[in-house]
Amino acid sequence: MELTREQQDILNGSQGEVMAKVMKSLVMYGETFGADRMVPVTSEYGHTVISFGIGVMKPVYDLYDQLIKAGALSKQKFSADPLPLDKNVPSNLIQDLVFKKFMYSQQDRYEKQLEKLGILSPDAYTCACYLDEVGNKPKKGDVLSWAESSAVVYANSVLGARCNRNSGMLELMGSIVGYVPYFGLLTDDGRKADWIVEVRTTKKPEAQLLGSAIGMKVMEQVPYVKGLDKWLGTELTDDVCAYLKDFGAATASNGAVGLYHIENLTPEAVEQGESLIREGAPVYVVDDAELERVKASYPVVWKDPAAKPKLCFIGCPHLTIAQLNSWTERITAALAAKGLKKVTVPTVMTAAPATGDKFREMPEYKQLESAGVVLSYICPLMYMNNPLSGKMPVITCSNKLRTYTTARYYTEDELLDIITGGAK
Amino acid sequence: MAKVFKGRPIVAGKCTAPALVSHGGFNTLASFQMAMMFGDKSVKCGDQNNADLYKKPMKGTALCLPQTIGSTTGGMVLYTACATNNQPACMLFSKTIDSLAASGAILAEVWTDASMPVVDELGEEFLDYVQDGMSITVAPDGTVTVE
Repeated sequence: MELTREQQDILNGSQGEVMAKVMKSLVMYGETFGADRMVPVTSEYGHTVISFGIGVMKPVYDLYDQLIKAGALSKQKFSADPLPLDKNVPSNLIQDLVFKKFMYSQQDRYEKQLEKLGILSPDAYTCACYLDEVGNKPKKGDVLSWAESSAVVYANSVLGARCNRNSGMLELMGSIVGYVPYFGLLTDDGRKADWIVEVRTTKKPEAQLLGSAIGMKVMEQVPYVKGLDKWLGTELTDDVCAYLKDFGAATASNGAVGLYHIENLTPEAVEQGESLIREGAPVYVVDDAELERVKASYPVVWKDPAAKPKLCFIGCPHLTIAQLNSWTERITAALAAKGLKKVTVPTVMTAAPATGDKFREMPEYKQLESAGVVLSYICPLMYMNNPLSGKMPVITCSNKLRTYTTARYYTEDELLDIITGGAK
Repeated sequence: MAKVFKGRPIVAGKCTAPALVSHGGFNTLASFQMAMMFGDKSVKCGDQNNADLYKKPMKGTALCLPQTIGSTTGGMVLYTACATNNQPACMLFSKTIDSLAASGAILAEVWTDASMPVVDELGEEFLDYVQDGMSITVAPDGTVTVE
């Protein structure tokens, strides 16, 4: 890789041993993928996937102490993934003890580290940092040093920014140096589509299910999706963006997709059309039967598959205002139809702190609260990542949460039915 | 009879270890997280979606895989596994290594004293041939011998 004089000097130790190691990490990363140079990070803000101070990850925080001590701080402010703890989310005494004393024993230490390293604000903890209320929304063409698979795939696909699927830690190092190696999804060639996906369903496919199917099929490659504009239209409305947020998160977690193109809808597909597709790209057809096959393939890992759910999480990734409104409307209507006032399964809906604050000012929030639903900024995945929660029968409509935890996946309609008392 | 494959060394090194084979994508977070939470010394794979590896011990094995998939915490998870001496003996990729696995391997190489040779681009034939328990020897130049 050809480095500028400044970059080479840093690598040679002009700014100290720690900065040299930061640069070395990025150079090795780039050389692995054939990068010929480093390019400047041009987005206003960064985003880090690491928001949690887990005891077993202590080596990560020890390394961050090295960065801080050496003055190797981020050149840009950044947001971070959702916090792992919220006292409003139902938990028992043992869980509270395990969460605070054992699992997240490094949380206070880590949040103090983030303040020193450059966190945007005390409220900047969400996986959906690109929402308007949060304010970390990159422009088309911006080069990012982000991690968080759902945010990266959204920024690349819906916003047209350029970011590789960087790992936690390395994304911060890019923000510290101010450069990232130029390869993969930063390049025009890396943004070409390797697959054609033809959506031939008889109804609008569930975002989380379609994303799962595509992710499992194409893995880390770039799909060009045809036929979805039939159901989504050709405008990136709030509802469509929310759909694509959930769809993308499933492609990224069930596979390793960092960029997708939706015909006639996402920016590069609108501009470049089928010229984005590589010659000889294989075709994957998704119809109703294929979605059913994929859904049926999900293992149920509950000890008692017939157990009554004890908790429901909606909002992984974090919900938008439009989604909060839509869920409130659907839950309220379903309860009314069944003559109920409150949900029958403890339910937590998660959103960014800023989104939650905005929603609490809307009349729909009172309805949601009356229905017994908790609104939280927590990361459901972090809540589930421990032996106690892992044994709980938790349900969700998030395919990401299903993938990483013991939570059981249901479609949104199925989930709604369960939390509002089941079939009448 | 030994069969030899040649790949690209991402982190050069040598080791000999029994093979553990994942034919599907290796989800780093899902695979390591429960073992790390429980303090499982053998580091059994916790990824319920990986039928090849689920509940099998990973520590000290020659982990053979196509690529890693899933959360972008993957690299830090791998780094932590190395920093706490809970890593596989080596990681052997049939395809070009993915960005998350590469990050974890590089962070471990630059910032820790752990040894975990990583070789990629070993080819589909490698993953078709190798089976759990076979003896794997890795050389610094990316040569992988399977016996």
